[in-house]
Amino acid sequence: MSPRLLPYALILPVTLFLCVFFLYPFILVSQQAFGSADGWSLEHFRDVVSYWKFPISMQNTLLLAAAVVPVQLALSLLMATMVTRMQKGRDLVLYVWTIPLGISDLAAGIIWLAIFEQSGFLNSMMVGIGAIDSPMPFLSYQNPGIIFLAIALAEIWRATAIMLVILVAGIGLIPKEYYEAAEVFGASPWQRFLRVTLPLLRPSLQTALILRVVLAFEVFAVVVALGGSQFPVLMSEIYAYQFDLQNSGAAAALALIVLAISIVFTLVILRALRVPKGATI
Amino acid sequence: MTHASMAAPAPKTEPNPTPVTPVRNSGRYLYAATVILLCAWVLVPLYFLLVNTLSSPEQVSTFPKSFIPEFDLGSLQFFAGFQGILNALKNSIIVASMTMVMSILFGAPAGYALSRFEFRGKETFRVLILLTRAFPLPLLALPLAVLFIRTGLDDTTFGLALVHTTLALPFAVLITFSLFSGIPVELEEAAWTLGCTRFTAFTKVVLPLILPGITASAIFAFVISWNEVFAAAVLTIENRTLTAFLLQTLGEAPLHLKFAGGFILVVPALIFIFAVRKYLFSMWGIANR
Repeated sequence: MSPRLLPYALILPVTLFLCVFFLYPFILVSQQAFGSADGWSLEHFRDVVSYWKFPISMQNTLLLAAAVVPVQLALSLLMATMVTRMQKGRDLVLYVWTIPLGISDLAAGIIWLAIFEQSGFLNSMMVGIGAIDSPMPFLSYQNPGIIFLAIALAEIWRATAIMLVILVAGIGLIPKEYYEAAEVFGASPWQRFLRVTLPLLRPSLQTALILRVVLAFEVFAVVVALGGSQFPVLMSEIYAYQFDLQNSGAAAALALIVLAISIVFTLVILRALRVPKGATI
Repeated sequence: MTHASMAAPAPKTEPNPTPVTPVRNSGRYLYAATVILLCAWVLVPLYFLLVNTLSSPEQVSTFPKSFIPEFDLGSLQFFAGFQGILNALKNSIIVASMTMVMSILFGAPAGYALSRFEFRGKETFRVLILLTRAFPLPLLALPLAVLFIRTGLDDTTFGLALVHTTLALPFAVLITFSLFSGIPVELEEAAWTLGCTRFTAFTKVVLPLILPGITASAIFAFVISWNEVFAAAVLTIENRTLTAFLLQTLGEAPLHLKFAGGFILVVPALIFIFAVRKYLFSMWGIANR
């Protein structure tokens, strides 16, 4: 094969595959969402938005993302800077910190269920130290705040690792000379972090935040495992439309709403953390 | 700091380093304590799951709970004997294996093309691949459910594997791109001058070097599929994967079944991170630019 055509032949399988299983489904999902008995309409969107569970599930999803993502960002930045200045045991610590990377959201939900359920470890501990007399039903409907806390903790526990990996890789790409120069000019460690690490880490921060925020809007199994139906989120509503209500038009409309939110946030993050033209590391 | 305190007018008899050392030391203790605390934050919940899994079904629901496992295999036996669960486990492995093979088979050639060739549309292609990750991909399962019923792929492991491949493929392309970029093109050029064709140079020189990295990214694809819940739950009814099975029984299943199931889900993750730990950062480093 001629060398000019070879690269195209090599990317052809991926392109075809993604056209069939990525682009085409998006066309289909829009058709489902906008379609109705008589041509195009916004009927499904009106149904979905006016349903009483829509505001609460939207609010839950956004609140959860707003609570979880900043904590994860701070935590992963802390962990990443700690790892880079570690001399001994770096590999072991990194292995331990990245374990949650391979754990599914469902498993994470089940793990935190072991802690928060009524006969779970948190109750055992609190009764053990005498803080409460009898086990509390933490995950029942009387305690919406604790359900929220349990879900947020499970999400922070599970999904900080993905940001950590991206940030550690990003910090590794920053040349040591910048730090040496900063040190010569008398910058404190905190100043070096603010003035050298953070600005040069912008591309990695961008990637980490986009991945995390989009995943935060997709939160599903953790919520189902810990909150059941007490804590509706957008994805669990889509699932309910598809299965319990057998209304795939409404499910598709809600899916497009999730998609739109994800795209808006991606664009906002891209814009807020954009790398100035011509500036490279 | 050190120089400043040394230069300070100290009594000649005993140079007193105390103003510096305690601060340093306490800083170091704080650092070590934080590292240990963060390790515990990851490990302790996993330990609790282990305790629950290795307890008898009765012990799991008793109160207060023992913090030491009694090494009873009752929960795991109950798990293995539960109607349909071994089948779900088998389906999970089949789907994940198919995903692994397909994403490498389709993804690696594109990764090679990106690392070795300059061609028109290369940057567009790369950006489009990057952008797929900004989309909530599990949502694709909704329209595909309809499409699969029409084509007879509904409720099959292969149909689900196709969706999971869509999830894993962008990662496979970007990761293999970064892996191939790490192998000097000069090696290949030397092979050409020694009489290799483009293809034999690839199989004899590049492939042996890249194989460990390819294995790592294959494992990554396996775990993406193994962990996926939403699409699996939407697309399968009879042939459920383990995640879909556990999700659908969450409401009524006894606690010990949930914990044993969670444990079985976690074990491959521990092995996975251990197996690919060397590649984790090189894979992500370049792949995310």
